[in-house]
Amino acid sequence: MIGIVDYGMGNLRSVQKAFERIGYPASLINHSAALKRAELIVLPGVGAFDRAVTNLKSSGSWDVVLNHLELGKPYLGVCLGLQLLFEGSEEGSEQGLGFFQGQVVRFKHVEPVPHMGWNEVNWTGVAEDLLPDNVSQPCYYFVHSYYPRPRDRKIVAATANYGEDFCVAVRKGECMGIQFHPEKSQFAGLDLLKKYCDSLISRGHLSIVDAVS
Amino acid sequence: MLQRRIIPCLDVKDGRVVKGVNFVNLQDAGDPVEVARRYDAQEADEVVFLDITASSEQRDIMIETVRKTAEEIFMPLTVGGGIRTTEDMRKILAAGADKISINTAAVDNPRLITEGAEQFGSQCIVVAIDGKKSSDDNWEVYIHGGRTATGLDLLDWVSEVEQRGAGEILLTSMDADGTQDGFDIPMVKRVAETVKIPVIASVGAGSPEDFVEVFKQTKASAALAASVFHYDKYPVPVVRNYCREQGVPVRPPWKGEKNEKIEL
Repeated sequence: MIGIVDYGMGNLRSVQKAFERIGYPASLINHSAALKRAELIVLPGVGAFDRAVTNLKSSGSWDVVLNHLELGKPYLGVCLGLQLLFEGSEEGSEQGLGFFQGQVVRFKHVEPVPHMGWNEVNWTGVAEDLLPDNVSQPCYYFVHSYYPRPRDRKIVAATANYGEDFCVAVRKGECMGIQFHPEKSQFAGLDLLKKYCDSLISRGHLSIVDAVS
Repeated sequence: MLQRRIIPCLDVKDGRVVKGVNFVNLQDAGDPVEVARRYDAQEADEVVFLDITASSEQRDIMIETVRKTAEEIFMPLTVGGGIRTTEDMRKILAAGADKISINTAAVDNPRLITEGAEQFGSQCIVVAIDGKKSSDDNWEVYIHGGRTATGLDLLDWVSEVEQRGAGEILLTSMDADGTQDGFDIPMVKRVAETVKIPVIASVGAGSPEDFVEVFKQTKASAALAASVFHYDKYPVPVVRNYCREQGVPVRPPWKGEKNEKIEL
């Protein structure tokens, strides 16, 4: 089962319908008990870092997500869901999940901010199985003012250039985070989600029964 | 590299797309859901709905239109027109819009910008501004669809809007309105140099050359047009390809696998 964490950080129907479109139904979940049953936890979200931390904690989802990550189960963080994987953010004072070492920082040497729109992305070898066919530098839709600076460069799955090269995707084991919005990135975004889910199926991390139900 | 955005805009009245010059002789131009789907298939970078419904009782129709459209498209959707309170904003965002655009309400009550940004995040607050040239290098802000002069200086207003937390400025030149002679380059240039947030240039586009012009001569992040795209005179792909030929960084058409609609 794919569980999308619904924790009051924006309308998540767009994320859910992107999964539907590629043939992988996903549930919006706002109860920690139900979230525990998810094979893949998807954590989207747009908004402030501190409020996201507070909302996740008060809903009980924080500990479920941490436990899920520690067990090495599949996790997909989108935008804020990527940033929360790190230790903290310049945007707030709360601590992140700390699954990856490093801080989330604000764009300082480029205008305009927010970084809003379609940006070319360079995937690294870490994401070889997710790359689109016939497209060397796919464009995805971004809207953010902060981005992660991972201590461990080996987890960087993709970078983009906006004034400087910055990290837009991380991946280690079954944990993945992306800064852009696949649900707003038309064919490019759906293709990525499809390949990501297919890869989970092929490694036995997602049950096919759920995928076709 | 960040790509320049090409954005079609739909005027929506009572749940239908309308077209006409300066809101007169309005003609029905179809179902907004279908039109937005077509733009999505053409790989427009975003789409904007402007609700020009007169009465507030009809606003619920717009919410339903937004809900239906958001179900069908996979690109950002901005909705403007008649939004006066943060509660109006919440309804539109809950229906599936990514950004909301305010114009007259922002001038009447600038705190609305701040409150919207605090509640929903700057990224979804677009402030639309209608400007008209008053003298060389000076423009005045107009409201009520261009009918009322405010005495506000355009460059002062864009700075205030930015400082109050707007995420983007949708800039309309009343001097270029309806001309199809191209975007108002001097105005767009000055505004885009004044603020650090993205500026969307609007009104005046009559040909693909106009898009190249505004992107080459100004720092505008995006260019918006309605009739150029509606009449299928220059569909989005034609404008995009011309921009690319002329060296403007706009998004290339997708050449990978396409996940067409799967019925569940």
